[in-house]
Amino acid sequence: MVQAQATRQITYIHAVNEAIHQLMEEDSKIIVMGEDIAGAAGRADQGFVDAWGGPLRLTKGLIQKFGEERVRDTPISEAGFIGAGVGAAAAGLRPLVDMMYVGFYGVCADQITNNAAKIHYMFGGKVNVPITIMTNIGAGVNSAAQHSESLYSIFAHFPGLKCVVPSDPYTAKGLYISALRDNDPVIIFNHKMLMGLRAGPEVPERMYEVPIGKANVSRKGSDITLTGVGYMTQICLQAAEELASLGYSAEVIDLLSVSPMDDETILESVKKTRKIVIVDEDYPRCSFASDVSALVAEQAFDYLDAPPTRVTPPHSSVPYSTVLEPLFIPSKEKVVAAAIAVLE
Amino acid sequence: MTTITSELTSEKALWMFETMITIRRFEEQARREADSGRLRGLHSSIGQEAVPTGVCAHLRDDDYVLGTHRSHHHCIAKGVDIREMMAELFGKATGTNKGKGGTMHIADINKGMLGANGVVGSNIPVATGVALAAKVQGKDSVSVVFFGDGAANQGSLHESMNLASIWKLPVLFVCENNRYAESTPVEYAVAGTSVANRAEGYAMPGVTVDGQSALDMYEVAGEAVARARAGEGPTLIEAQTYRYMGHFGADDPLSYRTPEEEQYYKDRDCVDRMKAYLLETGTATQEDLDAIDKEAVEAVAAAVKFAEESPFPSPEELTTDVYVSYR
Repeated sequence: MVQAQATRQITYIHAVNEAIHQLMEEDSKIIVMGEDIAGAAGRADQGFVDAWGGPLRLTKGLIQKFGEERVRDTPISEAGFIGAGVGAAAAGLRPLVDMMYVGFYGVCADQITNNAAKIHYMFGGKVNVPITIMTNIGAGVNSAAQHSESLYSIFAHFPGLKCVVPSDPYTAKGLYISALRDNDPVIIFNHKMLMGLRAGPEVPERMYEVPIGKANVSRKGSDITLTGVGYMTQICLQAAEELASLGYSAEVIDLLSVSPMDDETILESVKKTRKIVIVDEDYPRCSFASDVSALVAEQAFDYLDAPPTRVTPPHSSVPYSTVLEPLFIPSKEKVVAAAIAVLE
Repeated sequence: MTTITSELTSEKALWMFETMITIRRFEEQARREADSGRLRGLHSSIGQEAVPTGVCAHLRDDDYVLGTHRSHHHCIAKGVDIREMMAELFGKATGTNKGKGGTMHIADINKGMLGANGVVGSNIPVATGVALAAKVQGKDSVSVVFFGDGAANQGSLHESMNLASIWKLPVLFVCENNRYAESTPVEYAVAGTSVANRAEGYAMPGVTVDGQSALDMYEVAGEAVARARAGEGPTLIEAQTYRYMGHFGADDPLSYRTPEEEQYYKDRDCVDRMKAYLLETGTATQEDLDAIDKEAVEAVAAAVKFAEESPFPSPEELTTDVYVSYR
């Protein structure tokens, strides 16, 4: 059995899909809604069922197993169906709602920031909104400015929302399970470059939770701290490998949760290594990276041998061209260069 | 006078009068409190009492109502305790929302009042989701969302009507057309001549009703609630009504409308017409009605006393209830 588990390297998509299947079996209050979440809606009589299984195939097979009542294709109508998810959550369900790309938040932000985030507080704690929103983030496939953003910093700005960013199949499954069992609104940001990834710890077939609000030390080290989130954690791990070949011991912290942020794990690492490079694919202004930098500057200043350094995209929209897009994205080379500048 | 439906018992008719007079006395007192500087930012519902009263007469505690920035009348019609409402207006710990919501966010889930909402049109998708929850869970409860003629132009209404129609959700979209979105007249802002007509595009019934008549409201809402409970889907109701006060405390409505227009609607006052109905049908005597009115005045006075004597929230309430749990 141990042997079999050790070889269980499944993709991110597989891990998420498995989590949702298990969650829906566990709790009949979970429903799933979104555009093309199954696909070919209403055409079962013509033999068309589950045509897509979600834009990223994360929800494949759900409609056959759980039926049309709980697995709902929606019109392209984010304000309508995300708002409906908020209402359904307030009235007793646990909806998992797909916002196809995070850039689409613009047409439904009111439902997320004015309703999902605030209902529990402004109603005096008497109504819970256990909605989970999942969305696709990240650059890297020439999708240009509106389909390549990360934007979790915007949502972390709002009290009342929890924001998690898995970095591999293992954390994806565990965070989905935690999010859908959580009583607060949670947004899960799925990075498109991770979808086919099989790296990281093996994914147990059983259900398990990765706690929301807890960072993970992905690689132990003593000379410098690299923090990553989502796909950037993979970049940090690659950079740490290269730094090791140059004789430096880098510690990699996978932040996993943007809100709540795990201050303690970051500070503990920095107090040990005395140097930090913060890697983030979200826009640099008023961002999660700025928050981590401020945390370290304010609470670990006396421990630092060098100022906190950020590796982020420039203050620019995401370009389309294959020549320009790589210049936007933080890469292993940029992280290594930044780390060496700090180390030397 | 409206022909009475056979279903309207004298008990229900009296409840409707009692509800409307309570709303009016509550709102009059709230206005006085605002004028004296003890409260801020009120949107008065005086003149519109019949709309939620006629609808809520058909609702149970497990049916949900969602409202707007102008929602005191929705709350009272749905049975929310006026002492807790007044305490909420005063920002007290005993308020419906522990003093954290105020006039624009009053909610009481035990009474099925799932909240007023300060953003125009924002609650319409939420109400649609509440109806979805009822359907998925196999309940026969219904969801009612009240909104104004201003919200009739928000995309959220159109998206929600479409969704509710394709999924046959048990929801009532009730537009309180009080003729003004803040200061902007409905004939300027709403294309076409009717909000109700917009239902046709979403394949649901759209009904226009005299919102100054509690009996007409009762009749129309009864059909819509029955349709929803039977799984036949949503209805759009356009209740033509009038707000007697300005949009909020400090604006002068005569800066955008005539006294003659105001008088036209006041001559068709919903409370007066309900009184006339009860007297003409012999359901109540003038003394009975006076006694109900007096009770409403006393209940409102008791609510103010309760609010005055209640404690303010403790400072730690600032950061409680942001989350159910946070790390």
